Amino acid sequence: MTTPKHLLDTQDWTVENIEALFNTADVMAQVLERTIKKVPALQGFTVGTLFFEPSTRTRLSFERAARAQSADVVSFAAGGSSLAKGESLKDTLKTLDAMQADLYVVRHAVAGVPHQLARWTDAAIVNAGDGRRAHPTQALLDAYTFRQRFPDGFAGKKLAIVGDIMHSRVARSNAELWTKLGAQVTLCGPRTLLPPELAGGRVSLTTDLCEAAEGAHAVMALRLQSERMGRGLLPSLAEYRARYCLTEEVMAGAHPDALVMHPGPLNRDVEISGALADGPQSVIEAQVKNGVSVRMAVLYTLLVGRR
Amino acid sequence: MNAGEMARALTRIAHEIIERNKGAENLALVGIHTRGVPLAERLAALIGRFEGVTPPLGKLDITLYRDDLSEIALQPVVRKTEVPFDVQGLRVVLCDDVLYTGRTARAALGALIDLGRPAVIQYAVLVDRGHRELPIRADFVGKNVPTSRSEVIKVKLHETDNTEAVELLEWA
Repeated sequence: MTTPKHLLDTQDWTVENIEALFNTADVMAQVLERTIKKVPALQGFTVGTLFFEPSTRTRLSFERAARAQSADVVSFAAGGSSLAKGESLKDTLKTLDAMQADLYVVRHAVAGVPHQLARWTDAAIVNAGDGRRAHPTQALLDAYTFRQRFPDGFAGKKLAIVGDIMHSRVARSNAELWTKLGAQVTLCGPRTLLPPELAGGRVSLTTDLCEAAEGAHAVMALRLQSERMGRGLLPSLAEYRARYCLTEEVMAGAHPDALVMHPGPLNRDVEISGALADGPQSVIEAQVKNGVSVRMAVLYTLLVGRR
Repeated sequence: MNAGEMARALTRIAHEIIERNKGAENLALVGIHTRGVPLAERLAALIGRFEGVTPPLGKLDITLYRDDLSEIALQPVVRKTEVPFDVQGLRVVLCDDVLYTGRTARAALGALIDLGRPAVIQYAVLVDRGHRELPIRADFVGKNVPTSRSEVIKVKLHETDNTEAVELLEWA
């Protein structure tokens, strides 16, 4: 099995790579359960986190994942950096390269930036979200969380993703990964937020939430990304809530063991009912927790493969 | 070594472990993946037969603790560590098939100590082939086999290889 050099998209990783990654994440999860939540596996490696866009949970999750394996972390936030003084992205990367980072975790509002950075540096690149294009580690941790609850795998399973599909890199990456692993994916939202080009293969689209949730093994609600929206995409928040808020009534039509998922941060009682988010079907906390072990596995796989 | 010699060596080691630890009380065996695990299982069974008390058994993966990962594989497979008891205060015997440079033992000590603080850690190996790179020695040795660095010791066990032998091979 060839070790991928980067994690830019889940498309670049084979099913075999992904299964190996999940097995490594199982071990990492075990490490995080111990009294001493640290191993020396990445001692001597430096991980740079380059967040050109605000993030709390993803950045913290990666930093925790690096430190739990004894890697050093150099953090970069665009606000207050030399980028604000007019420095180019390439020159910023050169400065960071001089600090000899072995891997960069990159988030950027523009799609394709992590790919470009991968051409400019010898370090490994992990895409932590680029524009509305991809968020591979979120998709991996979502799939990993599902696999924990449904160990028999993805074949024949159905995932529904509901909400602002148009602006969601999470929806795109999840649809790609879950269908690759054998699941059927239904994307659901108002017509204005449902790009028709995403349909095809094992991915279908619908504007009817109950239809999307029918028989689903997992239903994932997405945050309404109002900061990315232009005007006129939604008639009103009240109407959106009435038609697309994930509730216990909607989940009644899903598979009896269906999981309720959300990549966070969540707006309670807008895209998901508070009761459902805190209820027994919810794996939202598990997603956050698994985020650290899956990212530990990503860093381990990319860095140890390069040593 | 053939199957009979291996069985006799393990029987002797089991007796030595009992002797050194004055019985099987407060004792635990931890096998290092891969072949250390079945060896630990066999030693635990022998101790159980001789003493009437079978020590608890753990399985240790040391991949995350190695300092020579790139030398063992391009992408080392990480396995689960399963030590289903508290090692605090126990007399733990680490078990492995071959003692060579000592780097596996060093990694195993790190991995075990991260799980708690055993009262004593001892080290049992089926074969000691020399060429230590670290100041480590085994407490219990099935057989000392003088080797050159160009040679390889291959331990084969029923549980992992469907055969039972210790072979000395020339490095290909």
